[in-house]
Order: sequence, then structure tokens, then C-alpha cells
Amino acid sequence: MSATLASARIGVVTFPGTLDDRDAARAVRLAGGEPVSLWHADADLHGVDAVVLPGGFSYGDYLRAGAISRFAPVLDTLVDAAKGGLPILGICNGFQVLTEAHLLPGSMIKNDHLHFVCKEQVLTVENAETAWTRDYAQGQRITIPLKNQDGQFVADERTLDELEGEGRVAFRYTDGNPNGSRRDIAGITNAAGNVVGLMPHPEHAVEAGFGPASEAGARAGTDGLGFFTSVLGSLVHA
Amino acid sequence: MGRVVVEVMPKPEILDPQGKAVVGALPRLGFTQFTGARQGKRFELEVEGDVTPEVLAAAREAAETLLSNPIIEDVVRVADISDVTTEVTA
Repeated sequence: MSATLASARIGVVTFPGTLDDRDAARAVRLAGGEPVSLWHADADLHGVDAVVLPGGFSYGDYLRAGAISRFAPVLDTLVDAAKGGLPILGICNGFQVLTEAHLLPGSMIKNDHLHFVCKEQVLTVENAETAWTRDYAQGQRITIPLKNQDGQFVADERTLDELEGEGRVAFRYTDGNPNGSRRDIAGITNAAGNVVGLMPHPEHAVEAGFGPASEAGARAGTDGLGFFTSVLGSLVHA
Repeated sequence: MGRVVVEVMPKPEILDPQGKAVVGALPRLGFTQFTGARQGKRFELEVEGDVTPEVLAAAREAAETLLSNPIIEDVVRVADISDVTTEVTA
């Protein structure tokens, strides 16, 4: 492991009601980076090289999922940093925060069947050139957990056409659409490829024995680890 | 004390899964005449004094930035509560 890789510091933001910050931090560590805890009320990013907005139910999903977190002090700094190219990954509730902050287009509404979903979900990597997906192959199928109630991605037709035309659909649900998301979209990227959001949870599939089922056996799946090794690689090559 | 009513509805072109569940449940209670339902939100914002045009303007700005998400919702009403007729017939 190179010195640069080992010293890469990845911030993980905690909001009131965040659930998956510890798992995200652990995923960063397993990928070879140094996780740095960031607090929603602190506008300082403490010099981190990338940021993960983890999943959970920030502010209890009151008003709309991610709507109140979007106005947290740390978000003001993040919006500017995103425009400057800082790699940012929003997972589940973090994706909802990114859409509320208009860093990514569209929004998430309640699943079309109204139920909470918790399953191992197959995705196709549709864009393997973002800061968070470069360790995957274009068209690669990965399996990571999906768990949410407000996971139905919606946007107007023009926005959807733009996303498709510009290669900004990063992940598509495969082997069935679990929530009614438009065009089976599970995750998207901004035009620059530094800001990526998705509803499923890569940070829960990073260590054999604790991941989804895979060909290697029960709970052996580590398909999510590539998100975190990707960003570390992006930083080295930047 | 004044109060401003803000009402937010899902955009017409956005499928409203909650409204769909409501309209699905109504016939089970014998309400067969309702063919559709959409579910929105009503906020009541309190101010110390009267509801002035400035207060209403601020309420509209709050409605469009925080209380609604323009991608999926429309602000359908921002009004002084005393101008909002609430008819309840027993």
C-alpha cells in the first residue's frame, strides 16, 4: 500500500438520526483509508480528502427524508467543496440529502408498494468512471443490501433523458425493480463524477462473513468494498 | 398572534403512493364514490404580531425552500389563517 493511499482521510458525517456512520467508517478502514468523524453542526471539513454521507433517518425523516439535514452547517461547506471537485458519496439517506441540497437531480418518494424493503439487491454498474466506481467494470453486476421505505427515485422525463444521455445513471436495479424507481435507477452521479448517490448500501458488503450471500458462500459478499477502494485510488491518481 | 397557513401537495405528475393506499381503503368502509385521493401537507406558521404582507412573503419563501421540494411538490396555498375558510358541517 502506498503512503498516499494509507494517509487518505475520508470524512463520515453524523446527523441526529444517522444509523450507518460506524459501518461507513469501518468500510473506509477496511479499504485502507483513515475514517474521520464529521459532525453535522460543524462547518469545518477538517481537511478530509473525500466525504461519505451515510444512511439512516436524519431528523427522523421529518418533513421529507434529508430535508432538514440539507440545512446543516456542514452542508454549506460541502456544497462548495462539491463544486471544487471533492469526492462525495451519499448512501440512502445521504443520497436523499444530496438531492435536497440540489447536488444531484431528482428526488426520492415513498416506495410504490409503501412497504419498507430490506433485501440483498443486484445492481448493474452503469458508469465505472466516477470517483466512487472506478474499481468496477462497466456493466459489472454487484450485490449489496437495500433497506428503505422512501427509495423510489423520481425526476421529470427531461431530467431522466439528460441523466441517460450524459451517462450519469451510475447504478441500475437488476433482476427486478424493488421500489418503482424511474427507469430502474438505483444511483446517479453529477457531470464531473465526484458526487455519487445511491439508495442501496455498499458499506454493508465490505467484509467476508458479514455481507450478502455470494458465490463464495453465505454472507461472503464484499461487492461494496469497491466504492471505498475506488475513491482511495481516485485520490492517489488525482 | 397571527398564523399563516402553508399547504403543499405532491405534483400532479408524481404518483402519490400514500393517496393510492387511501383510495384503496375507502371502498372497504363503503365509500365507493371516491375514485382518487392525493395526500399533501398543511403547515401553520405562527408570528408574534399580525400577518403582514412581509410575513406572507417570508412564509412563501420558507414554503419554497424548506417546506416543499419543488422537484416533487407544489406550494398550493400561502395565506393568513383568518382568510382561510374552514367549513365543518356536523
